[in-house]
Amino acid sequence: MTNDADVLQIDNLQTSFFIDGSEIKAVDGVSLNIPKGKTVGIVGESGSGKSITSMSVMRLIRNPGRIKGGSIHFNGEDLLQKTEKNMQNIRGNKISMIFQEPMTSLNPVYTVGQQISEVLQIHQNLSKKEALSKSVEMLELVGIPSPNDRVKQYPHELSGGMRQRVMIAIALACNPELLIADEPTTALDVTIQAQILELMNGLRKELGMSVILITHDLGVVAETCDYVAVMYAGQIVEYADVHTLFNNPKHPYTVGLMQSLPRHDMDQEELNVIEGNVPKPGEMPEGCRFAPRCPFASDICTRELPDLMETEDGNQVRCWVYSEKWDGDPEVNVKDDYKTARSQ
Amino acid sequence: MLAESTVQESMTKPSNPHIENAKNIFKRLKKNKAAMVGGFLILLFILTAFIGPFLVPYGAGEQNLVNKLQGPSAEHWFGTDHLGRDIFSRIIHGMSITLYIGFFSVFIAAIFGVVIGIVSGYYGGKIDTLLMRLMDVLLAFPGILLALGVVTILRPNLNNVILAVAVFSVPAFARIVRGSTLAVKELEYIDAVRALGAGDVRIIFRHILPNVFSPIIVQATLRIATAILTAAGLSFLGLGAQPPTPEWGAMLSDGRNYIFDAGHVALFPGLAIVVVVLAFNIFGDGLRDALDPKMKS
Repeated sequence: MTNDADVLQIDNLQTSFFIDGSEIKAVDGVSLNIPKGKTVGIVGESGSGKSITSMSVMRLIRNPGRIKGGSIHFNGEDLLQKTEKNMQNIRGNKISMIFQEPMTSLNPVYTVGQQISEVLQIHQNLSKKEALSKSVEMLELVGIPSPNDRVKQYPHELSGGMRQRVMIAIALACNPELLIADEPTTALDVTIQAQILELMNGLRKELGMSVILITHDLGVVAETCDYVAVMYAGQIVEYADVHTLFNNPKHPYTVGLMQSLPRHDMDQEELNVIEGNVPKPGEMPEGCRFAPRCPFASDICTRELPDLMETEDGNQVRCWVYSEKWDGDPEVNVKDDYKTARSQ
Repeated sequence: MLAESTVQESMTKPSNPHIENAKNIFKRLKKNKAAMVGGFLILLFILTAFIGPFLVPYGAGEQNLVNKLQGPSAEHWFGTDHLGRDIFSRIIHGMSITLYIGFFSVFIAAIFGVVIGIVSGYYGGKIDTLLMRLMDVLLAFPGILLALGVVTILRPNLNNVILAVAVFSVPAFARIVRGSTLAVKELEYIDAVRALGAGDVRIIFRHILPNVFSPIIVQATLRIATAILTAAGLSFLGLGAQPPTPEWGAMLSDGRNYIFDAGHVALFPGLAIVVVVLAFNIFGDGLRDALDPKMKS
């Protein structure tokens, strides 16, 4: 899977938290490649490890968490081997991040201009004046009206959508090659969400960067992503291009997620849900982690953890159904039979 | 220091994340009559310290043995002491010494306390344990006892009093700043600036420090009162400013011998100490309420 067109190559990443002497595997063997100029979505429930994966890429995991193993190659260099000093040069410069909460992600005591300037001063050694005029340009780029006035305002004087635009301006100020957006639209209302996504997409094309979009919103994924990784309990369970994922999902969890979306084009008595909960990190099942909630689970699923296997169309899925070792119904079609299997 | 115990606890809460502009804070401060009086008095004291010595009729050491131990009169407003020195003039001359001790010792204490507190709160772990236990050791001594010890070791004079008072004020700052730092460092914007490539030093001084500033200001104001009181106490015991310095504690000590025959010699320096300490205390309390209105119960 390794090739030069990938900006970022995450290989077998393992990040654990060590609490009271026990190890909690938040990210357990995630491998993921981010192609140049593309958007890769990471989807999953809360606690599936998607944010921890992105924080690991930034090397921002704090005690008691630790990156235990694997490698993260950025333009061919392993980020996990870099010193903290080197990482500081990369953060905000080559790899940037947008956080979920625009309301609290800006420092309340500095003006918007000062905060955009700061990243320019850290990485590009600009003078205060140059940095400020670049800040105005950045505000203009992210579509904030009258940037000359806005640059002097404090975060509390801006709306949520405006603040998220400012966050984007800060993240893009140094022209990063990779942007990690951790649920950038979750805290915004729907109309603003669309604007922000559109803005991000436009800027990605304009600046030629790659984006990792972390979200639990499949609608956002469908609109913006080229590839999607579905995470469950610290592992990737399915990786596919966005069309295949939506037209032909393979993993029972992905299918479950799709079917639990409310449909506007159908009369629905009730919403479909995936029964049960994500297993607690300390109580991972022995076999497939989704097996306890999976309507297709057979013997092998409860005994052995499946690998992430390649499918005929070049995508990946972590499910015994697609393996030679599958010991359940050989005729099963996860997508079509999900509903009937679930009701049994 | 009635206010101190309540401040210690409440100040460890995160400071209001929405820093309000100075106008709002001043508006709330203005509503608090007592605090305004305190603030006004403090301004008056500062003014007095600077220009007072040029306006009073007598010098600080000007003796007139013929007129010793006289009660208050039109000539000598607060009377004269055992060497015939004008007590009013001496109190005015002593104002600058009192404020100098108060401000300077708190300034030193704040610098050390803030650095220790932020480093402790930010890094946590072993550093935190070590620094905080050290602060606990300092806190275990009653303030005046600790100051006494420091002054005895260093020789009694004015500057050592400042140092002594500073030493016992450090833990108060360290604890409050540590508490606020613990809260602020968890906020998302700290993660955000770290994700922009900011190093620890930048995060600590540019991003955490300004956000823990309001409890520091409040604590400093209240601490000035304590510092003045302790310094006066040390001088009273003969371990601070030495005669003939017109330091109020020393003057009080002088007056002690004549307390039954000429009570005013001790009374007026004592009153001066009370008024100044009171002014700083009520202003500090008002400032706290104004900076964080939610804390007021």
